[in-house]
Amino acid sequence: NVSVSLMTFSFSLFRFTVKRPYSTSHSSVDSKEMKKFQLLAHKWWDEEGEYSALHSMNDIRVPFIRDTLLSRSSNYHLGNPLSGIKILDVGCGGGLLSEPLGRLGASVTGIDPVEDNIRTADRHKSFDPVLAKRIQYKSSSLEEIVEESMETFDVIVASEVVEHVADLETFIKCCSQVLKPEGSLFITTINRTQLSYVLGIVVAEKIMGIVPEGTHEWEKFVPPEELEHLLESNGFSVQSVTGMLYNPLWGAWSWVGSTSLNYAVHAVKGGAGGRARPTDAPSQTDVQQHPATAGTAG
Amino acid sequence: SSAAMAAVRGRALLAPLGARLRAGPRAPLRSAASAPPLYDVVVSGGGMVGSAMAAVLGHDIHFHDKKIALLEAGPRKEYDHMPESYSNRVSSISPGSATLLSSCGAWDHVCSLRHKPFRRMQVWDACSEAMIVFEKDDLDDMGYIVENDVIMSALTKQLDAVADQVEVFYQSRAVGYTWPVPSHSCDTSPWVQVELADGRRLHTKLLIGADGHNSLVRKEAEIKNIEHQYDQSAVVATLHLSEATDNNVAWQRFLPTGPIALLPLSDTASSLVWSTSHDHASELLAMDEECFVDSINSAFWSNINHSDFIDAAGAMFRSALSLLKPSGTAVRQLPPSVAQVDPESRAMFPLGMGHAAEYVRHRVALVGDAAHRVHPLAGQGVNLGFGDIACLAHHLSAAAFNGSDLGSLKHLLKFETERQRHNVSLIAATDVLKRLYSTTMAPLVLLRTWGLQATNALPPVKVRI
Repeated sequence: NVSVSLMTFSFSLFRFTVKRPYSTSHSSVDSKEMKKFQLLAHKWWDEEGEYSALHSMNDIRVPFIRDTLLSRSSNYHLGNPLSGIKILDVGCGGGLLSEPLGRLGASVTGIDPVEDNIRTADRHKSFDPVLAKRIQYKSSSLEEIVEESMETFDVIVASEVVEHVADLETFIKCCSQVLKPEGSLFITTINRTQLSYVLGIVVAEKIMGIVPEGTHEWEKFVPPEELEHLLESNGFSVQSVTGMLYNPLWGAWSWVGSTSLNYAVHAVKGGAGGRARPTDAPSQTDVQQHPATAGTAG
Repeated sequence: SSAAMAAVRGRALLAPLGARLRAGPRAPLRSAASAPPLYDVVVSGGGMVGSAMAAVLGHDIHFHDKKIALLEAGPRKEYDHMPESYSNRVSSISPGSATLLSSCGAWDHVCSLRHKPFRRMQVWDACSEAMIVFEKDDLDDMGYIVENDVIMSALTKQLDAVADQVEVFYQSRAVGYTWPVPSHSCDTSPWVQVELADGRRLHTKLLIGADGHNSLVRKEAEIKNIEHQYDQSAVVATLHLSEATDNNVAWQRFLPTGPIALLPLSDTASSLVWSTSHDHASELLAMDEECFVDSINSAFWSNINHSDFIDAAGAMFRSALSLLKPSGTAVRQLPPSVAQVDPESRAMFPLGMGHAAEYVRHRVALVGDAAHRVHPLAGQGVNLGFGDIACLAHHLSAAAFNGSDLGSLKHLLKFETERQRHNVSLIAATDVLKRLYSTTMAPLVLLRTWGLQATNALPPVKVRI
């Protein structure tokens, strides 16, 4: 059975101290994917290196998360906009997204199955006492923290992760379990289209080297319709789906109308009554523009 | 034996530590117990520009939870009320700079202490009748003449108001800087280390060099600086006018030896800035007060440098212009005459120009004279510095609101591009003007005469200036 051998392989490789609560044939972690990232574990923080596109993605994904959360909150301070918010960063890698969120005041838990990534992330945050306190990293898969983290987090961020997971439905179910009612889930990922094959794999990986070769498998790309369907049937209400585009000349991301390549989703978990709040933003067909907001000086 | 084993084990433990020390002359030892305090921003230099930088950041809402340090080698400067006599170091503050000072609450203090708005600037040549007048169509002020001490006092007050964000270190000269290796190597401290004269050390995520034209930050960062010493010194003094007048005009006359400017301080007093050769400057300082006053009046009123040829050519051009643009020539006002000089107020300082090839590096930014030094003839020096601050603060504020690493080159480069684009043309133009007006050679005088007259007649060009 392939899944069982995958599990044993992961056990032996990473010596998890926490025993899996149940042996399941569904795991969201794909060990082949883990190996790919392990090789580049030390390259995370080179802003001009292999991960430069992820670094510049912060320029749109951080304001997106920040502004969405600010608009849902009535009590905040612009100097510390995410203060008091508990965020889970799934597949945090070297901490590229955890750190800005931590700087904005959130308490961040970053998890990643690749131990070397966690080690890099821990070391990088250790030099800043404020971040060191606000961010906790753990080498773990999402399923492994479910039992101890039921309805713990206000926000889950899964950026550039779902295109690497083995079982997306399990992943979403686990997100729902660890998220508080009415909590927000932010996902950024890549669509499975002809265009994304040509630009996302052929051009980005093989020709221009924007992404290290072999990072992505086109078959695992997720169309927004599929993602939305999975979310809605697992207790989430999709609030917005917006396209993203990377311009390799400037090395900059922007929001666009089309979701044929990259896109971002904001979904909200249903309330305590088990039903999601009615949304005023219909999903996918009515994409919203997120204007790039520069910080307003006080 | 167990002792030998312990020694070997101890040495084995120390080996990686040694490697870290040997890794580079600049790799500091990381020890939790003695780690220097970490600031988000350290501003080195507590002059007008450095203090304003710290005050503006301290008042920025996105810096509410950040730690800023301001390092100043001298003592604290604050006045509740100004001394009777005017200081001889004054600056011409543009409306844009006044807005910046307003944004951190300092302009109110300036107004309550002492300042002089002016409505008009008259600039003319010693070798011809050509002149150019700047004034605003509405009744707005063109600019303000403010004593540097007043600005410092106002900024000190506003720094006190944000003491939770900004820690000011007086009597603290920075003597050395240690730069981080690129962040992805991850083993050594990623911060800039600042060493003070008394041995204290600070770490910072972003170092802002506001330490003047001999900037140590710029030198230690090994940023190339294009510099040139002019053969000129500026003589400053506080003057008393022969009679009280509205005194809301700034006067500047280009003499062959250099421009002489009279900047209004009050209805009866003006500040002198006379750029001239080193020898002449020393003479002016040495001569008695009556001779000094006579020299000033003569510089403004004498027509000794006129030549008939130039006068005729200029008059011809002027009539041609008035055919094309009847309203294109303004009324020539007469500058006030000077009666006496404040004793002890005469001083001189050498002039030069400079421009740093780069304004930023990873975790470093230069503002003010550290980045660019300009001749006072355009009255722009400190305004360029305030412009730098407005731009850098804007980018840092956005970066803070995005949770970015403040020392990241990404936004620092945006600041550099914006300011270099603005500053380079102005500094170059000022330099060209200085050289153009340093001659009595007829062709060049004619050129600048006609140029000045034409510029005076053309509203679009004047507005840009």
